[in-house]
Amino acid sequence: MVENRPILTVTAHATLILGAALMAAPVWLAFVASTYPGADFVAGRLPLWPGSQFFANYSAVLSEGLSNAGAPPIAGMLINSAIVATLIAVGKIAVSLLSAFAIVYFRFPFRAAAFWIIFLTLMLPVEVRILPTFEVVSQLGLLNTYAGLSIPLIASATATFLFRQFFMTIPDELTEAARIDGSTPLRFLRDILIPLSRTNIAALFVILFIYGWNQYLWPLLVTNDQSYYTIVMGIQRMARAADATPLWHLVMATTMLALLPPVIVVLAMQRLFVKGLVETEK
Amino acid sequence: MQTKRVTFGGYGVPALLVAPQLAVTLVFFIWPASQALYQSVLQQDPFGLKTEFVGLANFRRVLADPAYLDSFAITAVFSLVVAAIALGVALLLAAMADWVIRGATAYTTLLIWPYAVAPAIAGVLWWFLFHPTIGIFAYVLSRFGIAWNHLLDARQAFLLIVIAAAWKQVSYNFVFFLAGLQSIPRSLIEAAAIDGAGPVRRFRTIILPLIGPTTFFLLVVNIVYAFFDTFGIVHATTGGGPGTATTILVYKVFRDGFEALDLGGSAVQSVVLMAVVVALTLVQFRFIERRVHY
Repeated sequence: MVENRPILTVTAHATLILGAALMAAPVWLAFVASTYPGADFVAGRLPLWPGSQFFANYSAVLSEGLSNAGAPPIAGMLINSAIVATLIAVGKIAVSLLSAFAIVYFRFPFRAAAFWIIFLTLMLPVEVRILPTFEVVSQLGLLNTYAGLSIPLIASATATFLFRQFFMTIPDELTEAARIDGSTPLRFLRDILIPLSRTNIAALFVILFIYGWNQYLWPLLVTNDQSYYTIVMGIQRMARAADATPLWHLVMATTMLALLPPVIVVLAMQRLFVKGLVETEK
Repeated sequence: MQTKRVTFGGYGVPALLVAPQLAVTLVFFIWPASQALYQSVLQQDPFGLKTEFVGLANFRRVLADPAYLDSFAITAVFSLVVAAIALGVALLLAAMADWVIRGATAYTTLLIWPYAVAPAIAGVLWWFLFHPTIGIFAYVLSRFGIAWNHLLDARQAFLLIVIAAAWKQVSYNFVFFLAGLQSIPRSLIEAAAIDGAGPVRRFRTIILPLIGPTTFFLLVVNIVYAFFDTFGIVHATTGGGPGTATTILVYKVFRDGFEALDLGGSAVQSVVLMAVVVALTLVQFRFIERRVHY
């Protein structure tokens, strides 16, 4: 603040509070809806304060799901989502770290070609090549597997660029010192580069975990076995079922469970999250 | 392309290091993309028995199809509206957060979490709130004499997916705008204040031009988001309807490919979408180069 303008300051606070309230409103109302018996808001008037069925509704979706509407228990979907999101985040970081190391610290034939092939992935989001990618995965027999859910998503140009950018800022003296001391490339990577990249890796992990958790189209295509459903895609089947029968309280309980883990990650690691967000887009 | 002055020797080690990423890229990116290109010039009979080369016939068919052009127009309007709302709201909030001294961090916390909500889930949340029979917002609107039914009204269905898509994107834009605003040197603003420029004038003549590059970058990112990442919102809620009112391009590729089994047509649409991504990526890279020299 450059000068003291009480009216503007009050307006600013009011706008921000209103903005925060608008952001939170849908999630708050969904939470409220998830704590009432299903028949209560069929009439159209949703209460604004949570009801008494919190434990009943949440334990129902976790252990039974919407079994009469053909949706499996939520607990299994949550575990699947956690596994897939972790595999994608760890896998992406690992392959990107290795390839960025090779591209920055070695001169080998076809280095530029490798770089450009990786760069091309920026231009090919899964949404634009759905059908052929699905065919590849099905020919490899990866439908309904964790590998099929995660491996096609672990190649990422952004993570590779981020590490490349960061490696370029590491002083050459460190490499020289390591070479004089007789370090092999892999030892240099393990003992010097990875420890120095720790914050970058953590920030990237936050972003990629959310990315993996929120995948929708891909799990929808490569799973038809309920035991491999992830929670975000599972919601869709439930919402369709709920339109026919009044199950919205259970759908909203599921929605809350689906959005809570990534939201907690963002809130708990706010600084790393902002860092990761700003850097992956540079 | 740059390398380090000091490098390690040997070919085998680097080859092994890039192998995993190259393998995944070739198998799951380059090969399927080239398949899409290849299929876009083929025509398959409905039983999959016979395939023939038809040149650009598929392109001609798709690009002359009113349904496709309609979907293109819907997507263009959708992405511009989503980008405009998400950018406008985020800039307003970021400017306010930049102004207040106390509580800026707390407000940031309260505003950034929707980024973590999946598009499909954002869609389901808003779908529920505006649900014609049980949604609270639909109820409130009906008290004002507005009959809301996104199951029947094309405009309202469109508005619904715009709201859901923009709601989720505001937090992303907010983070970048706030970072941009906070990187403006205080001395510039102070100098303007001493010269007698009020807050509005300072915002218009100093702050806005200085965050121009951020805004442009965000515009491209928002358009890409609205084009590709909003599949979940449409698929989980409107299913492209009513009619084709919310059939955005990525949803159409999916439906024509997986439900209508029009392989050639779906491949053509994939190719067109790839061209869109390439164009947007190039625009963005040009801009980033400029920002580096800036």
